[in-house]
Amino acid sequence: MTQTTEAPARATQDRQAGVVPPAPRSTSTFAKALNAALADAMEADSAVLMFGEDVGRLGGVFRITDGLTARFGEERCFDTPLAEAGIMGMAVGMAMNGMKPVVEMQFDAFAYPAFEQVVSHVAKMPNRTRGKVRLPIVIRIPYAGGIGGVEHHCDSSEAYYAHTPGLTVLAPATVRDAYFMLREAIASPDPVVFLEPKKLYWSKEEVDLAELRRTYDDGQAPRRIGRAVVARAGTDATLITYGPSVPTALAAAAAAAEEGRSIEVIDLRSIVPFDDETVCESVRRTGRAVVVAEAPGFASVASEIVARVQERCFHSLAAPVLRVTGFDIPYPSPKLEHFYLPSVDRILDAVDQLQWED
Amino acid sequence: MSTATNEGRGMMGVPAEDGTTSAADRALLPSARPVQLIDPAGRHTHDDRYPLPDGERLLGVYGRLVTGRRINDQANALVRQGRMAVYPSSHGQEACQVAAAVVLDEEDWLFPTYRDTVAVITRGVDPLEVLTLLRGDWHGGYDPYEHRVATQATPLATQLLHAVGVAHAAKLRGEPTVVLAMCGDGATSEGDFHEALNFAAVFHVPVVFFIQNNEFAISVPLSSQTVAPSLAHKAIGYGMPGERVDGNDLAALLSVLGSAVDRARDGGGPSLIEAHTYRMQAHTNADDATRYRSADDVEQWVPRDPLLRMRTYLRDLNLLTDDGERTLSDEAERIAAAIRQGLNTEVDVNPAELFEYVYTEKTSQLREQAEQLREELARGADPAADDAGDAPGAGDQATGDRP
Repeated sequence: MTQTTEAPARATQDRQAGVVPPAPRSTSTFAKALNAALADAMEADSAVLMFGEDVGRLGGVFRITDGLTARFGEERCFDTPLAEAGIMGMAVGMAMNGMKPVVEMQFDAFAYPAFEQVVSHVAKMPNRTRGKVRLPIVIRIPYAGGIGGVEHHCDSSEAYYAHTPGLTVLAPATVRDAYFMLREAIASPDPVVFLEPKKLYWSKEEVDLAELRRTYDDGQAPRRIGRAVVARAGTDATLITYGPSVPTALAAAAAAAEEGRSIEVIDLRSIVPFDDETVCESVRRTGRAVVVAEAPGFASVASEIVARVQERCFHSLAAPVLRVTGFDIPYPSPKLEHFYLPSVDRILDAVDQLQWED
Repeated sequence: MSTATNEGRGMMGVPAEDGTTSAADRALLPSARPVQLIDPAGRHTHDDRYPLPDGERLLGVYGRLVTGRRINDQANALVRQGRMAVYPSSHGQEACQVAAAVVLDEEDWLFPTYRDTVAVITRGVDPLEVLTLLRGDWHGGYDPYEHRVATQATPLATQLLHAVGVAHAAKLRGEPTVVLAMCGDGATSEGDFHEALNFAAVFHVPVVFFIQNNEFAISVPLSSQTVAPSLAHKAIGYGMPGERVDGNDLAALLSVLGSAVDRARDGGGPSLIEAHTYRMQAHTNADDATRYRSADDVEQWVPRDPLLRMRTYLRDLNLLTDDGERTLSDEAERIAAAIRQGLNTEVDVNPAELFEYVYTEKTSQLREQAEQLREELARGADPAADDAGDAPGAGDQATGDRP
């Protein structure tokens, strides 16, 4: 989280230089940033609609849509009958007819009933019609674990979507990215699966949401779809990660620094399109890489990243590219999930195995 | 948002004083028998609620029926000649096909299935563009916005939800659009069918769900799909009216569908129409219907043919003359000839197009892959030659080249 670490550092420098400290900056949670992004997008474009289960009066089970119905009316943010295929299929029709629907799948595993609509139509309709029908739909999915959730509430389902040509698949990991990436997703003419790491909903950063809005509306926010970011610079090895695993990877890099190893952390942000350039530039420089992701490792996004890095960076590699992922088991129950999730120790163990010469 | 809980609709299952079903509930029930206005012998049969369309209108639409039949026959022939991969024929269902298209206004939308080629063409889409799908050039050949016809859906019932979404968007903008969404009897078992009806009813959107019950889902008869009294009865569970109609009676279809469309346009909400018809031919040319139904079963439906009865009716009234018939069949033949000619002309498929429409802007991965294919083709590689099974001559050669 480059942004969080940079801001206090700058403040310290300013104080040391005798500059008058700026007014205290406001903070926002990841959840509030998403809420603001939705509100700002709805304000900017009357074609943007928000619907799903409990997103109206309740404001969503995670409160991401809080206040939208009150502000924009029941025609713009509304509850649907409890049927995910219905939500997705209706979104297809609305998008065909000039709207920009944002739908909420209440939890990762509750999105599965909508899978046929996603795979057979959301992803394929633009291709089927040679681009005549574009489907600017955003499918918001609170996803992944680490929150002590019961079964069907903690799946990392990104591989299903990433494997489906036609879908853009995003997973923000910072408050700032949550805002900008959701705005960008809503503005995209292509369908976007927007994966919101549940365990980051309550994470905070010093950001001024009004300032983010101005930055975005002025076209000053750099593109994030298809662009990974170096979340922490380093020289000895690269951790490639996204979504809920980003903070864990950053913590591992901080711990490694204490042991004298300089670890770079790449936050992909965008799983599809995949930013080969940023990833490969880093790995060619460091010569070592570990991919960190929460989903089961077999046939996963992590597998794909390893394959791509190996194909493109083979001659720069000093060691095989390793993975730290979830085990190939159903997501564990709350008391067992910490055995499953990628941890700082497990990441550091993998880094240790990268055939160091010293 | 206007939902079903206001205006006296929805949640109305409050029994009447005597414990029987309320009048409001009964109003949702379909007719005791399928609505019929012209019987198989070509005679007008009176119905209290549905007026018979006038002769001129019937004559005009009959012409579309003749063309529809000719298109089905022509398409079947083209499959036999190897010009199309497959054709799911609507032979015997042409009255449904034509009626579904002609009851709609220009600003309305039609949501067809793979068997509804004749409906799509009747709505005005270029036949060659429609048949692109089945010829195999691309997964769809026409611009859905040009005539407001969605792509022909292959996954059953999925398109019904899209229809609800299109209608919902139109309603939010205050547009008078009505959406007619077609499906078959088999599709009524799919979850999307139920979700579409429920969403349409809850959001009170102008959709007419039109089921062509042709008695078979490939080989499975309706009795294996449902034990409901009729498919039209399913409407009641969602709080919308259901109706059933003789699907081989063009006059009844025009009247019943027309009334449902008017109702939807006037803000009356969705409804469900079941047409009783019969799939006279196999599911597709790749199917063998003799494995699951007898010739006698099919024979019974021959006298109920939709063209036959309308022709008899119009001839008896002297609305249709020998000259008139010649004109209609000449017109049908002209369209068939154009289809023949179009499908006998080789179309150059463009492999570079494979990567064009997946995203609005090609990803770097797709750019690489498009370049890879371009290079392969530039150095004379012919991926088609690897398909040993498909092209005997070239295939033998290719197999021989393999290590």
